[in-house]
Amino acid sequence: MRNIRGRDIAMVFQEPMTSLNPVLTIGMQLTETLLQHLDITEEAAYARAEELLGLVGISDAKRRLAQYPHNLSGGMRQRVMIAMALSCEPKLIIADEPTTALDVTIQAQILELMKDLTRRLGVALIIITHNLGVVARYANRVNVMYAGRIIERGNAIEIYHNPKHPYTLGLLRSVPRLDQPRGERLIPINGQPPDLTRLDDGCAFRPRCSFATERCAKEKPLLEDLGGGHLSACWEKDKVGLNAGKHVSAAEMETGAPEHQLGEVLLKVSGLKSISRLPRGS
Amino acid sequence: MDGISFEVRKGETLGLVGESGCGKSTTGRCILQLDPPTDGTIVYDGMDLAKVSRAEMNKLRERIQVIFQDPFSSLNPRMKIGDIIAEPMHVHGIEPDAAKRRARVAELLTVCGLNPRFADRYPHEMSGGQRQRVGIARALSMRPEFIICDEAVSALDVSIQAQVINLLEDLREQFNLTYLFIAHDLSVVRHLCHRVAVMYLGKIVELAESDELFDNPMHPYTQALLSAVPVPDPEVEAKRVHQVVKGEVPSPINPPSGCVFHTRCPKAVASCQTDVPALRELRPGHWVACTEA
Repeated sequence: MRNIRGRDIAMVFQEPMTSLNPVLTIGMQLTETLLQHLDITEEAAYARAEELLGLVGISDAKRRLAQYPHNLSGGMRQRVMIAMALSCEPKLIIADEPTTALDVTIQAQILELMKDLTRRLGVALIIITHNLGVVARYANRVNVMYAGRIIERGNAIEIYHNPKHPYTLGLLRSVPRLDQPRGERLIPINGQPPDLTRLDDGCAFRPRCSFATERCAKEKPLLEDLGGGHLSACWEKDKVGLNAGKHVSAAEMETGAPEHQLGEVLLKVSGLKSISRLPRGS
Repeated sequence: MDGISFEVRKGETLGLVGESGCGKSTTGRCILQLDPPTDGTIVYDGMDLAKVSRAEMNKLRERIQVIFQDPFSSLNPRMKIGDIIAEPMHVHGIEPDAAKRRARVAELLTVCGLNPRFADRYPHEMSGGQRQRVGIARALSMRPEFIICDEAVSALDVSIQAQVINLLEDLREQFNLTYLFIAHDLSVVRHLCHRVAVMYLGKIVELAESDELFDNPMHPYTQALLSAVPVPDPEVEAKRVHQVVKGEVPSPINPPSGCVFHTRCPKAVASCQTDVPALRELRPGHWVACTEA
């Protein structure tokens, strides 16, 4: 396993702030995997590390190798993590929420970098995320998980345009979208995610599901093929569709942000300045 | 934060968006006088907050409330939910009668979609979404007219986030509230806000009505931000042109000269390095701080 880990399968973790060792230089952390798995000298490993940093878009690589994680920004640290993952030319990279802790413009940079590198180097990528937009932009195939199980699987376009599990459907409806007219009320998934220590024999999504029947309480649905590699674990999957089951009254569909009438000025801020002290997390 | 100016009108929701370190939270804290600003004025309902007396400020704090981002650290773990919600009433001497206070807590919990029995629970017994509802109930206990929501839904799961967004919308209508909605998630801001101000490195770079800003962004930074947000639809995404801005946000301690965005801007010209662009009204109600827009 130790031979596979890092060489064939590499991992990029969520928190670039805590997943690098703060007391070791970037160079030491990058060369560690190389020296472990490949039969090369330290000098060659450092040369390769420099090359890797260039590959992930870090300029001035030689100087960076001598620096410590605290000298780098969040985006840069995530680039270092990706360089580490790529170092032994793995066949598979698992990226666990690789951009969740980053700002959107940096998130876009990192995701473009990962897409570009994986395509160019022929590496398979498993991306673990809660962001439906990131999945839509980058994934070919999607597995949707709920309460420890995969409940729907298929290619990305199928999943987004023809969801066959009520949870997937609920997720898609509950996020506001930049490409759609504003004002329609969001349709949330009611209730809370279940307590994973108290799951029963039925479907775990049942208490929050508008399609649930008695059967859902007794038998746990298994993944069944709907054709074309699209699988869903739901007894009522034939009824689920983007247009089905919109149990929303007309009153609830009214605009989210009503046309606003200009009231009197309540708050007026002018020329506000504040001298930056220590940076505060936004 | 450098020279922030805006107005919030009664009944409207103004969005304040930007990436970490752009000063959006600091703006909120300045308005609350939690971090008094170094310069500039904040006038609330005709009163200059820098000049009001302590007693007047205390009175104002009843009218201006805040909902914080982190529902895990903004509730005291050793207090019961009921006591957390009742505390502001106690502090401000609004409801001296304990029985009435309890009734009011039950009412607030119900308004926020929680079971009144939760008053006897502790924060650790509740989920993130439920805690955020408690934070909202606490803010409402003062019957405020203006609420600053500082990343109020950012820490929540998608399915729960939609519940809280809907709750904030309902409360706005029910109690005629005005919100300053500080967030980094553009889709959420677009959904909730009437007008939106985009901040970058301590400055407002663009300000417009929500539809106008999102349909017709004029500042290169706003354009880059919008392009960076992935849309949850693979077909739409495949057709979109992704304009990725280079570089990282410079340090706010030592911001670039001229236009603060010029180091990353695809449209920058030589003068951007020296001249600070003023916020100009390029269309009715649409303000942009860019000479090339």
